[in-house]
Amino acid sequence: MPKFAVIVFPGTNCDFETVSAIKKAGGKAERVWYKQSLKDFDGVVLPGGFSYADYLRAGAISARAEIMEEVKALAGEGKPVLGICNGFQVLTESGLLSGALRPNKIPRFLCRWVYLKVSDTQTAFTQFYEEGEVIRMPIAHAEGNYYADDLSKVKIAFQYSDEKGSIVEEANPNGSLLNIAGISNEKGNVLGMMPHPERASDKWLGSEDGLKVFKSMVEYAKR
Amino acid sequence: MFPHEEKLIKERLGREPNEVENAMLEVMWSEHASYKSSRKWLKLLPTKNEHVILGPGEDAGVVKFDENTAIVVGIESHNHPSAVEPYGGAATGIGGIVRDILCMGARPIALLDPIRFGPLEKERNRYLFEYVVKGIADYGNRIGVPTVGGETEFDESLDSYTLVNVACIGLMSPEELVHSYVEESGLLLVLVGNKTGRDGIHGVTFASEELSENADRSAVQIPDPFTEKLLIEATLEALKTGKVKALKDLGGGGLTCASSEMAGKKGFGAIIYADRVPQREPNMNPMEVMISESQERMLFAVRKEDLNEITKIFEKYELEWVVVGETIEKPRYIVYWGDEKIADLPIDLLADVPTIEWEAKPYSIEKEVKTPEISVEEALIRVLSSPNIIDKEWVYRQYDHEVQGRTVLKPGLDAAVLKINDEYGLAFVSDGNPSYSYLNPCHGAMSAVAEAVRNLVSVGAKPLALVDNLNFASPERPEVYWSFIETIKGLRDAAKAFDLAYVSGNVSFYNEVGNKPIKPTPVVAALGRVKLENITTMDFKSEGEMIGIVGITKKELGGSELYRVLGIDGGVAPKVELEREKKNAEGILKAIELGLVKAVHDVSKGGIAVALMEMALAGGVGFEVDINKVPVKGELSPVEVLFSESQARFIVSFNKEDLEKLRELFDEFAVIGEVKGKILLFKNKEEELARLSLEKAQEFYNSLPKLLGEEE
Repeated sequence: MPKFAVIVFPGTNCDFETVSAIKKAGGKAERVWYKQSLKDFDGVVLPGGFSYADYLRAGAISARAEIMEEVKALAGEGKPVLGICNGFQVLTESGLLSGALRPNKIPRFLCRWVYLKVSDTQTAFTQFYEEGEVIRMPIAHAEGNYYADDLSKVKIAFQYSDEKGSIVEEANPNGSLLNIAGISNEKGNVLGMMPHPERASDKWLGSEDGLKVFKSMVEYAKR
Repeated sequence: MFPHEEKLIKERLGREPNEVENAMLEVMWSEHASYKSSRKWLKLLPTKNEHVILGPGEDAGVVKFDENTAIVVGIESHNHPSAVEPYGGAATGIGGIVRDILCMGARPIALLDPIRFGPLEKERNRYLFEYVVKGIADYGNRIGVPTVGGETEFDESLDSYTLVNVACIGLMSPEELVHSYVEESGLLLVLVGNKTGRDGIHGVTFASEELSENADRSAVQIPDPFTEKLLIEATLEALKTGKVKALKDLGGGGLTCASSEMAGKKGFGAIIYADRVPQREPNMNPMEVMISESQERMLFAVRKEDLNEITKIFEKYELEWVVVGETIEKPRYIVYWGDEKIADLPIDLLADVPTIEWEAKPYSIEKEVKTPEISVEEALIRVLSSPNIIDKEWVYRQYDHEVQGRTVLKPGLDAAVLKINDEYGLAFVSDGNPSYSYLNPCHGAMSAVAEAVRNLVSVGAKPLALVDNLNFASPERPEVYWSFIETIKGLRDAAKAFDLAYVSGNVSFYNEVGNKPIKPTPVVAALGRVKLENITTMDFKSEGEMIGIVGITKKELGGSELYRVLGIDGGVAPKVELEREKKNAEGILKAIELGLVKAVHDVSKGGIAVALMEMALAGGVGFEVDINKVPVKGELSPVEVLFSESQARFIVSFNKEDLEKLRELFDEFAVIGEVKGKILLFKNKEEELARLSLEKAQEFYNSLPKLLGEEE
């Protein structure tokens, strides 16, 4: 069974529920303090929260932590690396994904449920979805407004949509370019997303749509 | 401190206290720290029953959820600081209550924020409101504790002032409970967390007086959620070793309060080496170090041989720590600064503060008033667009209410529900009705308990326990003191009727606005236990459902939202009939258990009209009701029927075939209409009273951003 490291930086706060979601999806998972080693792990999740309290810029300080060198090496080997919310911000800040996450168009924290269209099923984290499938999960961020000058180096994985899957402006909660909610690298083994799949992995919490992100990741890591 | 208290201290001590001693005594003898004006009355409240593991007396109460699960709960106010510096005041209020929960051994899992302001038309009130919300959001979100509910209320009487209360719950197994007192001498007292600065000097004294014109912002503490988050994780990890002998957070009264209470409670003493405390600012003097209320600090008592194991954990989280003192056999409180002994007091002199009983003078301002002529339609629109009724989405969208992955019922419903295990959830809600309390303090207090209970049962939860936060003006005012005593009596009677106990609480006196007392504002937070599969929500589910009302409607519009929007200060406040409340609440729980109802909503602010509109808007479907079918007592006009705020009432929706079974559960039940179309239609027999499209109602309901001058 593949084993995943859920990296805990000072200020990370979605680590426990992310571990639970991975376990529910059939993987092994451990919380790993950012000073520990990533040896023996088959993949990495950078969970949500406020690492270093978002001081400087969201994700900027964590992106420069030593452990990120190991994350880059792991990504280079083709192992799955998932960044959720603050984790996505760390991935862009560290250059593992291109682009940047700017303050929301209404510049404050926004916690709500959104619809997403799955735009790419050819990644390590989306293979169990149908192309164009509409899923529901919550967002909770103040800096999720994705922007990139050049989209040629990334693939769009998730887009904010309406209930029917149309990519419309009204469905864009934060001003993201092309309603982008999540992107992957070209190989599809590094993915960052602002919505929280771990908060949509239990029927009592409103949706189990997010579980397939982790199921896909576990399956991918088995290969 | 009052002159007679200074005299008493001198007598007990046999000498004048020195400057440092005096500062420490002043802090410990303040109203905020000693509860000297309230203690006698608080004893009237029921605090024990089969659900209570630990009642009032430590930093928070502990409630049994099931054999393996305990819930820690507490409530705090941060009114004075928030009125001066709303962002920092509200944020540090969160920090304080979270550490109170943490120091009992529990992981904090949810927050509720009941907040109250003056009218939004004024810029100062908008400023206070926006920055209190931002303070709560920035702190709560960063420490990863979801804010799942609360209340937001606006009232003329709070112009340029704010009441910021915050309740928190934590989760642990019962054997993880750790106490705030030591039971042996020779323990090391380890101070961990933030450095100590000059912020919050005399914070409790400041909170024990009316605010002056030039209130001192330096008495307000500075928030640092990042350190708090590290402190949470480090503390929980340290507790796992089982080697923490006592634990307390540093809140009001700073190091003096935490260390003297920890050592003195069971008769031990302490030596404190104040110069060892890491200082944030240069040249702090001993007095400042001892009473600073700098945030994000905890005090651990550990045995010498365990020091290394515990402090290694602090170092992992990059938290500064220092052995600041030790416990001793002799019941003295001794402070050193270098080699110099700068204070030496009998430890009980700090904690043993005599109660004060102020003069109490009853008042009676309730009297019948005539409801002005107003059409149902106009009343509907004015009440529906009142800041007290409109959707608070603008507020709770700024709070991360999902973090930790437990939030089953989200903000904006009758109560929040957190998933505790695969079968059960914990419902959590807070309520206060100062506009009723103003007219009738006893019934106002009872209504807070009754409404909290109604909110819990509306989602299907059986009430477990209560906490109370009593926000009052100066107890030195005879009318205020009387209203305080009446409030306690109301809280007592209501809790007893529901077999509930108060496990923790807080009193905040001296809340005055420009020399005018605030309305008596008791806020109650309640916990309940709900089977996940029984959870019920207020939204109408589908067309064709029948609509029923439980309870009797009387002419009780004093303190109502209708009277508020019409500018009427008086009237007769709703009276709480506890037997009726209890019966109807039990009926609702039974109806939910038997699966007889589709939607349930309690009737409170704004009466039947608002309850129905909220159910329609939540469900995205309209209704048609005939108010002539509403069971009433006395002579009421249609407007009065719709906007009376009589207690013990619920609106339910259900399938036709369940009508008879449902009727059997209640003494007072009537069918008043059905769920239908996209129109909210109020009729009196055949006469149409008002008709409002769902869309239009939504527009009024969502008008908060507009009121704040934002385009959305």
